[in-house]
Amino acid sequence: MLDTGPSTIARGADFAAIVSKARAAARARSAAVGLVLSIGIFLSFAISVGVGDFPIPFAEVVPAIFGFGSPDARFIVQTLRLPRALTGLLVGGAFGLSGAIFQSLARNPLASPDIIGITAGASAAAVFVIVILGGGGLLISIGSFAGALVTAAAIYLLAYRRGITAYRLVLVGIGVGAVLSSVTSYLLTRAQIWEAQRATVWLTGSLNGRGWEHVHPVGLAMAALFPAVLILARPLKALQLDDDTAKGIGVVVENYRRWLVLAGVALAAVATASAGPVAFVAFVAPPIARRLTRSSLSLLPAALVGALLLLVSDLVARRAFAPTELPVGVITGIVGAPYLLWLLARASKIGRG
Amino acid sequence: MNEVRRAATHSLEARGLTLAYEKVEVAKGLSLTIPPGRITCIVGANACGKSTLLRALSRLLKPQKGSVLLDGQSIHRLPTKTVAMNLGILPQSPIAPEGITVADLVARGRYPHQKWFRQWSRSDEEVITDAMLATRTLDLATRPVDELSGGQRQRVWIAMALAQGTDLMLLDEPTTFLDLAHQVEVLDLLVELNQDEGRTIVMVLHDLNHACRYSHHLIAMLDGRLVADGTPEEVVTEALVKDVFDLRSVVMADPVSGTPMVVPIGRHFNVNEEDGLTVQPAKS
Repeated sequence: MLDTGPSTIARGADFAAIVSKARAAARARSAAVGLVLSIGIFLSFAISVGVGDFPIPFAEVVPAIFGFGSPDARFIVQTLRLPRALTGLLVGGAFGLSGAIFQSLARNPLASPDIIGITAGASAAAVFVIVILGGGGLLISIGSFAGALVTAAAIYLLAYRRGITAYRLVLVGIGVGAVLSSVTSYLLTRAQIWEAQRATVWLTGSLNGRGWEHVHPVGLAMAALFPAVLILARPLKALQLDDDTAKGIGVVVENYRRWLVLAGVALAAVATASAGPVAFVAFVAPPIARRLTRSSLSLLPAALVGALLLLVSDLVARRAFAPTELPVGVITGIVGAPYLLWLLARASKIGRG
Repeated sequence: MNEVRRAATHSLEARGLTLAYEKVEVAKGLSLTIPPGRITCIVGANACGKSTLLRALSRLLKPQKGSVLLDGQSIHRLPTKTVAMNLGILPQSPIAPEGITVADLVARGRYPHQKWFRQWSRSDEEVITDAMLATRTLDLATRPVDELSGGQRQRVWIAMALAQGTDLMLLDEPTTFLDLAHQVEVLDLLVELNQDEGRTIVMVLHDLNHACRYSHHLIAMLDGRLVADGTPEEVVTEALVKDVFDLRSVVMADPVSGTPMVVPIGRHFNVNEEDGLTVQPAKS
């Protein structure tokens, strides 16, 4: 294209090799990160299913998951621990993926669903269901799912001004989140003590007592949305650029952004409905994944980091003060809060959000 | 400016454009033809509507009236991807995702040529290698864009637009925020892209002298209207500079390129009316 002399053809091949080598190295790194994370998830999943008041040896865990082995082990694994671990795995993955979508779309590490008020909307709705309607289980899930969707729509409309700018989205989201948090607080002050306690545990985010009824919705959502999001990864990469540049390279910006926002909201909503607003998983998983892969967009690794983070945190929450089990949100909060502080300190230093 | 080696095959023109943001009218009655295979500069004072015109030409802004024609077809009726395969744009301050490497950013320019089932091919690799060679960014391939200097970063963005493989390139003030040496470097690069590959280049430039030296064709705008359109020699006169920029000046031949060069007079100097040379500071 540049020069067509015969001597430059060989040189051109060398130059192309620089590009293909760089790409191959990046691919290899992503694959290695994915493999290591998967192994970590497998181990923490197996340990999570194995440990407890009735310990099951590692060698029996895997057969019991697939319905083999002693009846006792099978019962404990199949009805008690497997759904809990699966809920953790899927919810962590959904939060990680949702966070990666939002942070990439908004081009801002603060724009995860747990920071910009979407999970706050889910929480307010769930507490409303618990305190005012006296509902439980499925009704809480439906309420929090609806709350997340309505909140996301409200944030989108409030932030819309000839398109969406990241900064407006984050600021409006934080504002809406603050309003909804006070709604939650108000509802809690009106609540009976036992309702308030139940609501508080839900608000911290917990995997305690999760059964198959919690696995199914988040499992279905992940089965449908995960491949959809991977297909949308290519336009998402283009949307990470500013809108004008993205349009310039041929992306129908508003169209793809709407689908991606919808997928991100649905993932966050369904995850919150299953396990409560587990703090900071959506917020910290994507940047960890990006640093591991050294890539500007890593969706699958973000989901894997989210899953691993939630499984390990739940393990710690269950065993650190055994027999007392902490809600998993306490542990993820301890992990996420320092990162938030660091991010804010850095942002104010270099003068951007 | 030297003659081009091969002519570009795509045409771009505007017919009776009225441009507005929300309800505020920015430009009215703009009709122009971008000469193919040439470098065209749009010049004018701040807020004269020159960036708005460029946005309309690049399909980023839908005109209220009139149309922009790409190869004779209304650009706003063409699919986004079709436009992206023929026309590349570089906005004034593009944003790179955090932590992205140079090679990865340049590769994103291949978007319109890829399908979701065939995301990367050998030819994509060759095109981005060529783009990085032409902009001298290949040795930066694995560096994060955040760590580059302003001049390097601008070359990387131009490489991304090049990777799009379009005959037409529209650039909004490609030299802003660059020091003089890097401004000249970017403009030289654009001249090479025009001369070596016959690309049609349209850009908004603030610096009139750069516009004169680096373009074949000039479009001068004032308050949303087109006031002059032609070669730099035809367009840039002392009277036009007075009209468009409300500035007294002396226009002489650039000692290096022979193109018009605008020397502003300002309030503190006077000019001898006979020979047009500055003779003394004005008494204030």
